Amino acid sequence: MCLENFSSQVAERHNKPEVETGASKEVLLNPLIISRNDKERVLIETSVNSLRVSIAIKQADEIERILAHKFTRFLTQRAESFVILRRKPIEGYDISFLITNSHTEQMYKHKLVDFIIQFMEEVDKEISEMKLSLNSRARIVSESYLAQFN
Amino acid sequence: MSAQAPIINEFNLGPISCHSFNQDRTELAVCFNTNVVSIFRKAGAAWNLVSSLAEHDKPVTSVDWAPKSNRIVTCSQDRNAYVWTLDSATQQWKPTLVLLRINRAATFVRWSPEEDKFAVASGSRCISVCYFEEDNDWWVGKHIKKPIRSTVLSLDWHPNNVLLAAGCADMKARVFSAFIKGVDKKPAPSPWGEKLPFNTVCGEFTNGTGGWIHSVAFSPNGDALAFTGHDSTITIVSPATGSVQSVRAPYLPYLSVLWLNENQIVAAGHDCAPHLFEIKGQQWSFSASLDAAVKKADVGFTARDTFRRMDSRGQSTASNDTEVNTHHQNTINSIRVFSGTRDHVEQFSSSGIDGKLIIWSTDNIAKGLSNLHL
Repeated sequence: MCLENFSSQVAERHNKPEVETGASKEVLLNPLIISRNDKERVLIETSVNSLRVSIAIKQADEIERILAHKFTRFLTQRAESFVILRRKPIEGYDISFLITNSHTEQMYKHKLVDFIIQFMEEVDKEISEMKLSLNSRARIVSESYLAQFN
Repeated sequence: MSAQAPIINEFNLGPISCHSFNQDRTELAVCFNTNVVSIFRKAGAAWNLVSSLAEHDKPVTSVDWAPKSNRIVTCSQDRNAYVWTLDSATQQWKPTLVLLRINRAATFVRWSPEEDKFAVASGSRCISVCYFEEDNDWWVGKHIKKPIRSTVLSLDWHPNNVLLAAGCADMKARVFSAFIKGVDKKPAPSPWGEKLPFNTVCGEFTNGTGGWIHSVAFSPNGDALAFTGHDSTITIVSPATGSVQSVRAPYLPYLSVLWLNENQIVAAGHDCAPHLFEIKGQQWSFSASLDAAVKKADVGFTARDTFRRMDSRGQSTASNDTEVNTHHQNTINSIRVFSGTRDHVEQFSSSGIDGKLIIWSTDNIAKGLSNLHL
């Protein structure tokens, strides 16, 4: 997470995240994918003044897919309050963070790393919890529904 | 606090993007990542704001204070550079616009040792070497364009006032001749070359593995060049012997490099602490971190450490210590000579994104090192 202030080489008086524009090749670094399997993976793309971390959340079945979708939608709609959250995930991923040099100027770098790691842990936990509660709720509903036919 | 300890000046006005002292170190020009350069005057241990240089309309990227002629040059992302002169009657700084003729951000500026020229690095893939034209009464720039393929990130002048080193985002460090007819006398032959018309490329170097060159510096006598890359290496080139040595440090990349003397180099950057490199025999090597606590160097804020901690101790939460265990709490982006001569630096100053300006003394270094050897 070694970012610095770097103004655009392409547009005059602009300063934009190079990882997003991709306009000058030499300031981009090689992207890195860390994956547990083809469903759960993290893509890290870095450049001279910005860094993008995209996460694909585990989606084993239909319920998890719906839950993950709803969950990430909930978060991205509130992207403003998450500061580093990108409004739209990268294609093929569920959620993306965009860290720019102004973020590393305002915040501790190691705490940003901690935040993302914690987020990754929490999101799996959250979704499996939601799945369990959804299942138990479905069971209760179906029981009370079927009880009427007794 | 002993006299030996680093002197910490905390401004708390935002990240410091660049700083420069005047000749007797009583005044200081700082930019807090804004379009204004603030001039502070020393009052005891504190610094009092005396004036603000507000002419740019984009963040100022670099500032340099010419010690002898007492002029300040600033450059900014708004593509302009200004030379500021102190009006002795009103004690006000007067700006003069420089004709840079660049169409992208200016990234770095330095006065030449004789202070009759300065060089501005820019994102328009060129360096503008500026000199004062008496006839028209303004500063004009002459471009070094040729092999530069990307933004120039840093510059350094050779003590002979003619050669200029540049570090680029195209992963090359180059040495150019910035000889300007009518301003410069013919330079003495050096290992870099004998005939040096303007825009001669005297050397082009990479650090092997690639990576943007963040900082360049000539050795005190000018016969060697050190540069740091984004691959955490520091490379020392001496054209006389033709040797090119890359030292890879197991730390984050360095953004600024400074020669303390012919045998010692200090580099600082994303690791928040200045690191010392020394020559032993013919071999350059990493020597020590100059921030008092070497044991604190591994503060464990890498992702790998966090996972390892979770693995070994089952701790899911990260360590609670928010602060980094170094004097600087964030990236150091510039280190400069504070006192001493070019070939024997006694104190140097460092400024960083955490808004601190720290003055380190090199006695401290010797002392710290002797402790290390015990």
